[in-house]
Amino acid sequence: MSEKKLMKGNEAIAEAAIRGGCRFFAGYPITPQNEIPEYMSWRLFEVGGQFVQSESEVAAINMVYGAAGAGARAMTSSSSPGISLKQEGISYIAGAELPCVIINMVRGGPGLGGIQPAQSDYFQATKGGGHGDYHMLVYGPSSVQECVDILYNAFDKADEYRIPVMILGDGMLGQIMEAVTLPEMKDVSKLPEKKWAATGKNTGENRRIINSLYIEPDELESLNRKLFDRYALIAERETKYEEYLCDDAEIVLTAYGTVARIAKSAVNILRENGIKAGLLRPITLYPFPSKAFLEVANRPSVRRFVCSELSMGQMIEDVKLAVEGKKPVDFYGRTGGNVMTPEDIVEFVRTEVLK
Amino acid sequence: MEKIVIAGFGGQGVLSLGQFIAYAALYEDKAVTWLPSYGPEMRGGTANCSVVVDDEEVASPIIAVPDTLIAMNTPSLLKFEDKVKSGGLIIVNSSLVDEKVKRTDVTAIYVPANELAHEAGNVRTANIVVLGAYMKYSKLFPREVMLNTIEKVFHAKPKVIPANQKAFDIGYNL
Repeated sequence: MSEKKLMKGNEAIAEAAIRGGCRFFAGYPITPQNEIPEYMSWRLFEVGGQFVQSESEVAAINMVYGAAGAGARAMTSSSSPGISLKQEGISYIAGAELPCVIINMVRGGPGLGGIQPAQSDYFQATKGGGHGDYHMLVYGPSSVQECVDILYNAFDKADEYRIPVMILGDGMLGQIMEAVTLPEMKDVSKLPEKKWAATGKNTGENRRIINSLYIEPDELESLNRKLFDRYALIAERETKYEEYLCDDAEIVLTAYGTVARIAKSAVNILRENGIKAGLLRPITLYPFPSKAFLEVANRPSVRRFVCSELSMGQMIEDVKLAVEGKKPVDFYGRTGGNVMTPEDIVEFVRTEVLK
Repeated sequence: MEKIVIAGFGGQGVLSLGQFIAYAALYEDKAVTWLPSYGPEMRGGTANCSVVVDDEEVASPIIAVPDTLIAMNTPSLLKFEDKVKSGGLIIVNSSLVDEKVKRTDVTAIYVPANELAHEAGNVRTANIVVLGAYMKYSKLFPREVMLNTIEKVFHAKPKVIPANQKAFDIGYNL
């Protein structure tokens, strides 16, 4: 085990991505994720990688498309308005079955919005975002260490399933400093060969083509069915969540990312005051841990769910679908870059949920 | 658990004061979060950071009720004074703050940090003088741990270590 270090979320994400095999990064600056490209700009060269500060977000995602098509472990990062600009490219990457990693350090919207933390890109991240039938594997880490652990393996997952992987963070997660243990550098020369990559050499008569255009309806339909078979496999194997004090809980709080930590403190305060609360935290946002929610909802001790988000309510729709109406789901959110405190959630539970 | 809010003007070393506490927590194998304010208000305006130190895991990095407030300027005292826990600690940089703490249920410490740092030879160490006073009154970490932390954090700039350790002791011995 290497030594513990104090790192900012953004910097830890960049370092963990490199240790996980990232060798190409293209991006365009935007607050609150600028430490990622800044770190990449010097660090990638130390490991023989390539860094491009592109002329726009659209260019950055298309550079990632190209690099991924050539077989590189490629990544881009941005924040909400920039991620919106990248949606066309992400859809093409999904259609061309290319692996890559995309970071979204979410800020308040719509429009240019603000620069403070938000979670209002949940729909965009989990339901597709760009045009067409596709999904990404989406993670919502809640600590700097969890960012490191997820990024370290994100390229393996992207390669294994040939899909884009998104990390959905927020401004707080990017700026916060915490102690982390960094894993060893992966040996990129020993990664499995990508038999589909357009490397321009030794392919003989079997030309490798990276493409997302399917004029024949039957061919496009079979691509879509193949992608969705893959998503079903991902749901089976990759779904992740954390349960905290849910065993005897009457009120189950649910939240993801940094808000889940605020909710965890709220659970502790509620418990100190004799209210049996617990926390169910999705770690993968797509695939959503629906089975876990239904299982918890079926417990006789559970009375209600309370979903907390930095939005007007987006993940709550997945929570409601998952619990199949077995238990009511309340919502408490803040928006615009405002962040709730644990005490705010406690107050909501006391006055609105337990009234 | 110790929850600290540190606030002042941008450039007063408010964020780095918080980082010294965070590094000390790291070296002492405690869990810690350091969360800065970020955005346009930092340029010439106010800056603040929230530091939470705990034995095992820090859940919320957001602080509603700080155990300790370090107010490096007047707006910071006005903004955060009412939020401090009853029985908590407020450290005021009295070089820049003329107001007194109105609360009677907290411990108020006044540190003329700029003057003391100036006398010590480097006005830029005013934040470290305050750090020394904070460690004396909170007993969060022993003096030796903090002197060590200063050495480790400045390992790339060894020339500034003695001045910062001196500033720490001035605050610690108030």
